[in-house]
Amino acid sequence: MSGIHLQSVTKSFNGTTVLHGVSLRVAAGEFVALVGPSGCGKTTLMRIVAGIEHADSGTLQIQGREATALRAGERDVAMVFQSYALYPHLTVAENIAVPLAMRRLNAWQRLPLLGGVLPGTRAARQGIAAEVAMAAGALGLGTLLDRRPAQLSGGQRQRVALARAMVRRPAAFLMDEPLSNLDASLRVQTRREIVAIHRRAGAATLYVTHDQSEALTMADRVAVMQAGRILQVAPPREIYADPAELRVATFIGSPRINLLPAEAGTDGAVRVAGLPVGLRCAARGALTLGVRPEALVPAAQGLVARAEAVEFLGESVLLHARHESSGTPLVLRLPPEAAGHLPQPGGELHLAFAPEAALLFGPDGARCRAELAVAREPALV
Amino acid sequence: MSDLAIAAPRFRAAAAGEALAAWALCLPAVIAYLLMLLLPTLATAALAFTDYELGLDGFRWIGLGNFAEMLDDRGFLQSLRNTLIYVGLVTPGSILGALVLALAIEAGTRGRTLFRAVFFLPVVSLSVAMASAWQYLLHPTIGPLNAALRGLGIAGPAWLSSSDTVLLALAGIGIWENLGFNLVLFLAGLTAIPRELYAAAAVDGVPSAWERFRLVTWPLLGPTTLFVLTITMIRSVRVFDTVAVLTQGGPNKASQVLLYTLYEEGFTYFRIGYSAAITLVFLGIVLALMWLQTRILDKRVHYA
Repeated sequence: MSGIHLQSVTKSFNGTTVLHGVSLRVAAGEFVALVGPSGCGKTTLMRIVAGIEHADSGTLQIQGREATALRAGERDVAMVFQSYALYPHLTVAENIAVPLAMRRLNAWQRLPLLGGVLPGTRAARQGIAAEVAMAAGALGLGTLLDRRPAQLSGGQRQRVALARAMVRRPAAFLMDEPLSNLDASLRVQTRREIVAIHRRAGAATLYVTHDQSEALTMADRVAVMQAGRILQVAPPREIYADPAELRVATFIGSPRINLLPAEAGTDGAVRVAGLPVGLRCAARGALTLGVRPEALVPAAQGLVARAEAVEFLGESVLLHARHESSGTPLVLRLPPEAAGHLPQPGGELHLAFAPEAALLFGPDGARCRAELAVAREPALV
Repeated sequence: MSDLAIAAPRFRAAAAGEALAAWALCLPAVIAYLLMLLLPTLATAALAFTDYELGLDGFRWIGLGNFAEMLDDRGFLQSLRNTLIYVGLVTPGSILGALVLALAIEAGTRGRTLFRAVFFLPVVSLSVAMASAWQYLLHPTIGPLNAALRGLGIAGPAWLSSSDTVLLALAGIGIWENLGFNLVLFLAGLTAIPRELYAAAAVDGVPSAWERFRLVTWPLLGPTTLFVLTITMIRSVRVFDTVAVLTQGGPNKASQVLLYTLYEEGFTYFRIGYSAAITLVFLGIVLALMWLQTRILDKRVHYA
């Protein structure tokens, strides 16, 4: 089994459990984004893969090799840190060369003056320099090789950190929020570059972020993590459209998904505020119904809501409203042309959604699979 | 028009008032600086070119006479050499010792504050009082050090009264005095090193603790080490109280150091002019060390 394979990993610090038996598999060549709010344990999980922290229990395999007990340097992984963690006293070229020098030169050959006269050092150093130049060239750092990190911009430092990770051609890349220190426009550009590097290198990549748009745009699969547990691992489209539980549905998507109190009658028909929504499910009793902001639209009849505010975003318009009977805040994402016909704040409007766009969750947050009601009674369509 | 004409002088008066207030507020500090620092320094510099002796009326300007005398003065040359040897022993000893201890304390999980307090104790204790304790410890017959050496079958020397060992013994005391101070500085420097660099070094495949020290700890401690180096050299050039209490420069000038010679010339023989000239030499050494720090080494330890 190649790639990264974590099984039932637990970790606690001073009695506080940070990871509750986490299992995750990143196939060779796959890009998995680990996304979750701060403090959910995602960085700890990555540091366990890197070998900086050690799991209390559970196993880790990298490229099919048992790695739980291996030291960080022996795991054949490379990591890009949030702070980049460049060595401030070394030049760009020397920074990139460190992982190679540590592996190809012995302790004597690494010594500053004596090392140079030892047999084999020169050839090894030349080999390293060639590979450093190649990695640096691939990231557009060719002209900066003699600079120190302090003389570089944030974006350039980030590239040096990437080059240092790439140069060794590791079996797995680990990236800990590598874009969070860049400004917004550079971040979007660097996203694509990181994905391109990943495609070229073909290594398993585990990417930690708290930014769901990064996770959704970059990853082959997204793992949503909360409170030390992985809630769902799925491709971006599926995570968004078909979340396994309420916490995933609320974490992914911006603005947040609309949640309405709903009820399944004895016949299984789901109603919101007494109105049937055209869905039937196996559960009975109180449920939560989720509708994405773009699936909720103004209509001639339906849920009665009161408009509160309008936000114009350019490519769309957000209408904030409040459901009259339950007091639930609601958000609608509408095309920009709708901006002209929206009710004034305080005005009343009716809202509807297509039944197939609604997501139902039980009282415990688990997803309730629903089917379309066969008999089309007057529904919120 | 008239508004402007009136406004301008008023503004000037306000500015002048503000400047006056500023000067008034600075005055105590300015006076203190002039009286306590600048004037004495200038007076000393002037006296260094005279043959003034305390108690005599008047003095003569003798130009560089005092400095010429120094070159022939066996006592002065001996004290200069002794001071350099003392600095050469205390500086590396207390810096290396403090660094090793700081790394050990940092690596340990418990007792950080305890060890820090224990090693810092010599810094806060009175060195004159501690000197008598050292006199007992180093006593040739009843001292615990020689008793321990006797237990190993070695006849310990008369540490403070033999001209072969007296400087060594004083340097030992000097290392003990400076170690704690340097240790605290190194501990502070170590906590300032970002943890992520150690993590990066581990992922980059650093194979041993020594390699980790060479790649991360030592370069990032650079600014701390430079400060510790300068401060230790200046502090050990200034060695005086242990010499004054324990050996008075003896035996046979074997522990005569620069400041002790200065003190003897000035306050025992009352040769103020000559003593002032030695002060200038001392000042020159200290300034040279500071220049070395700011001009040459500073550029090599700050990586910006």
